[in-house]
Formats: sequence, structure tokens, C-alpha cells
Amino acid sequence: MNEVAIIGVGMTKWGELWEKSFRDISVEAALKCLDDAGVDKVDSITVGTMSGGLFNAQEHLGSLVADYLGQRFVPATRVESACASGGLAVKTAYMEVASGISQYALAVGVEKMTDVDGGDATFALATASDYDYEAFHGITFPGLYALMAVAHMKKYGTSLEQLAQVSVKNHHNGSLNPHAQFPCAVTLDQVMTSTMVADPMRLLHCSPITDGSAAVLLVPLAVAKKMNKPYAVITGIGHASDTIALCQRKDFAKLEVVEVAAQRALKMAGKTIRDIDFAEVHDCFSIAEIMVMEALGVVESGQGGPATMNGLTALDGDFPINPSGGLKSKGHPVGATGVAQVVEAVIQLRGQAGPRQIKNARTALTQNMGGSGASSIIHILEAR
Amino acid sequence: MAMHVARNWRETPERYRMEAAKCKKCSAIHFPARLICPECQGREFATVRLSGKGELATFTIIRVAPTGFGDLTPYAVGIVKMDEGIHVMAQIVDCNPEELKIGDRVVSQFRRINQEGKTGMILYGYKFVPDLGL
Repeated sequence: MNEVAIIGVGMTKWGELWEKSFRDISVEAALKCLDDAGVDKVDSITVGTMSGGLFNAQEHLGSLVADYLGQRFVPATRVESACASGGLAVKTAYMEVASGISQYALAVGVEKMTDVDGGDATFALATASDYDYEAFHGITFPGLYALMAVAHMKKYGTSLEQLAQVSVKNHHNGSLNPHAQFPCAVTLDQVMTSTMVADPMRLLHCSPITDGSAAVLLVPLAVAKKMNKPYAVITGIGHASDTIALCQRKDFAKLEVVEVAAQRALKMAGKTIRDIDFAEVHDCFSIAEIMVMEALGVVESGQGGPATMNGLTALDGDFPINPSGGLKSKGHPVGATGVAQVVEAVIQLRGQAGPRQIKNARTALTQNMGGSGASSIIHILEAR
Repeated sequence: MAMHVARNWRETPERYRMEAAKCKKCSAIHFPARLICPECQGREFATVRLSGKGELATFTIIRVAPTGFGDLTPYAVGIVKMDEGIHVMAQIVDCNPEELKIGDRVVSQFRRINQEGKTGMILYGYKFVPDLGL
């Protein structure tokens, strides 16, 4: 099996991009990625996107991207794992290269979410739950994570202030990221008095609806070494699934799928969580970041809230989480998120993150999640 | 989104009668029914009806609703631990959502859930109400 390196990354400004289409944003990010790598022809394209059908009335997205990227006849595959579709695209491209089938494997994550109104977007996202037994009853994604937050607060005493601090921290980081949808700092008070969406999740606990795309180019490590470009090596991948319905899990205050995926990724990389310098994690809602850091083993179960308050996960903390601003500030175009996490990890490992650069960043972990935790994909990347 | 009648009609046993499947090998109860038991891989099941009684394990109040539920806001959705030991998600109604607490006793009732647009099917199913022991 080939060792696999990331030789190019590309991302565009995220936001509510009314003037741009699905094909515009996916091709823009892909071109930036190919230009970054100095490559103009690829062997395969993997497109990670959740629901072109519900958001844009367009499926067959692998071919669409290949066509408009000027890569006719290149094998193009669309992969889907709800909000973890981007992570799955990176994993799929990894397998293309590791297996020797592709030398240059492009992974593009994209979602164009503002072609429908807020109610229809909420509906489209809700199809990542168990439709007949969750969404049918009027639950939303903020609602699903609110159910976890209430269980976590009851079990561990996690406070509203601790939840809010996740958003404060991520918005601070995002204010240093020119690609972020909302590159602005927010105060604890602003978070704690923002509009209630699903108790106790307020507007500023929730990632926004975003149009955006990101892309990475994977090559065999042996090829990367000859390209005279900075690269990062993917040394670990962990991928797991869990029950589609939240209510069928044993513990609503725990994301077991993340725990399992993390163990697999760390084992493959031959590392423990203590070897990781920073992480990009799936903070679709504030409670998610707290539960993910516990599942990764950064802190004990129940300690995610206090650790966030104490600054453990801040940019200058001992274990920075979401230096990019996370889903909260950077935005969450669902299929693009997992790829963008890897883009941020590579930028940090290359030492190109400017004011949000983490000192001595050598080993990164990215954690992408689907639905209410029915899937998770984790990558471990190392600077070489 | 309006769909063919069969899309909803086939869910009748679960939505109208809360029919679950009890594994003949390990006695685990599954709602909805499954073709293979995730606990023991058993493939034979008996149909059982849930009692409809249970207690609130966690809940939220939806204030920003998806399409079709806007008229109901604010409304509570909870996960109920049924007396059979399994968990079911549904709306909690006929109560002040602000006063709900984890551990509250609730009981299921047959209710209208949604309507597929102005001329589409009216969809029915279960919701929970406070169990007043009546």
C-alpha cells in the first residue's frame, strides 16, 4: 500500500453566495487546489456532498464537477455520509492513492445550501436523521444536539456558560480566518442572549447555513517528495458508523462513534491522543465540540465544559481545537466541512496559517461527523 | 415533501399501533421492527405492542421548525424511555413545555402529526402527553 501525502489544498471564501452556483464554487476550490499543487490533470475525482438533490435539484455530481473542471473522462465518484461527506471524500481519495489506482486523486467537498429557503434547508438537513422516527416528528438538527446537551448537562453538570464559551473561542479563531463566513468575535453575553433555536441551543451555539467548497489533492508520498512543494502525510484514518437514530444509543451524553473512529485512527498512526498537537473537530453545535473532545480522549467524560472554560482548547492552549474557527465561525456547507478541516490542518502543518498559526504544529487530527453521530471520519496528518 | 401514499401507508403498524419486534432468541425489543437483531443476530421475531407508557429521558423545545411544523412552535420533542426499556422519540404535547423535567411520566396518544401541503395526506402517529394516571 502506498503512503499518501497531500500536495495541494484549495478553499474559497465561504458565505451566503447568491451569485455563485454549485458548479462555480466546487470548480473554484478545485482549481485553487490544483494550482497550489502545480498539477493540471488528475486520475480521479471524489466529490463529497450531502444533498444536491434537496438543496439544488441536481444529482450526478461527480460528473458535473469533472466536466466543469475540464477533466472529461476522468473517473468521478460522488460520496455521501451526511455532514461527514467531505471526510468520506478524503478517505475515498486516500484509498485511490494507497491502492495504486490513482496517482493524482482530487477530493472536493461542496454544499450549496442557499438555493432553498431556511425551512427547506432545515428539512434537507433533517433527512440525515432517521426520517421516519425522528424528522417525521418535527425534530431538527439543533433539536437533536439539544437532546444530547440536556442529557450531558444532567449527567455531568455541564453549564450554559461552558457551552457558550465554545462559540466564543471558535469565533475568536474565525476572526483570524479570511475564508470564514462570520469572521467576527462574539462575547459570552452575546452567545447567551442570542435567539433560542432548540433549548438550550441558541443561534450562536449553532453552525450556520453556508455555501462553500474545499479541495485537497492526494498523491503517493514518493511522488510528493519529488514535487518540491510542502506536503503533509496522512498517517491515520478511522471511520465508524452507529445507529441512525439518536434514541437507539445507550448513552445520549456520549459520542461512541467518535471514540471508535479515534481509536482506529490513532492505532493506524501508531499514536496516542497525547501525540496530537491540535485538532479540527465537528462543532456543528457547541455541545458537539465538548462531546467530541471527551470521545477523542482529550479530557475525561464530563470534563469538556470545564476544560473549555480553562482555555485548554484555545489557540494558545495546550490542545488547540478548531484554529480555523470551526463550523461555528467558518461556516458549515455540510459536504465541504470534512475537506476544509483537512485543508486547515495542512495549512497549519505547513506553517502558513498567519495570525492563527499554532506554534510547532507537527501532528494534526481532523474529526468529521455525520448526522447526530451516526458516522464519523477521523484523519491524522503529519508534517514531514 | 409530498410522496406516494404507500410511503406513509406502510408505516401504519408503527405509527398507529406502536408495533415493535421482540427477538425470539434474546428477547430484545426493537422499535421499529428489524429483520436481524443487532444484539444476537437472531432473525425470528414476535410482534408486540408497546404499552405507550414511559418517562422522559431528555427533551428540547423546538422554536425554529422545519417546513410543515411552523404552526406548532414552540413545541417539545423528547426521547421517552418506555417501560419496556427501549427509547422512542416523539413530541410531548398537552403540557407547558417550559415545565417539563427529565423523569416526567408520559403516555402515548394517537395524534395528527403533519400534513403534506394544503391538499396532501394528513399524517397521523404517536405523541406523548403527561401521564395523569387517568
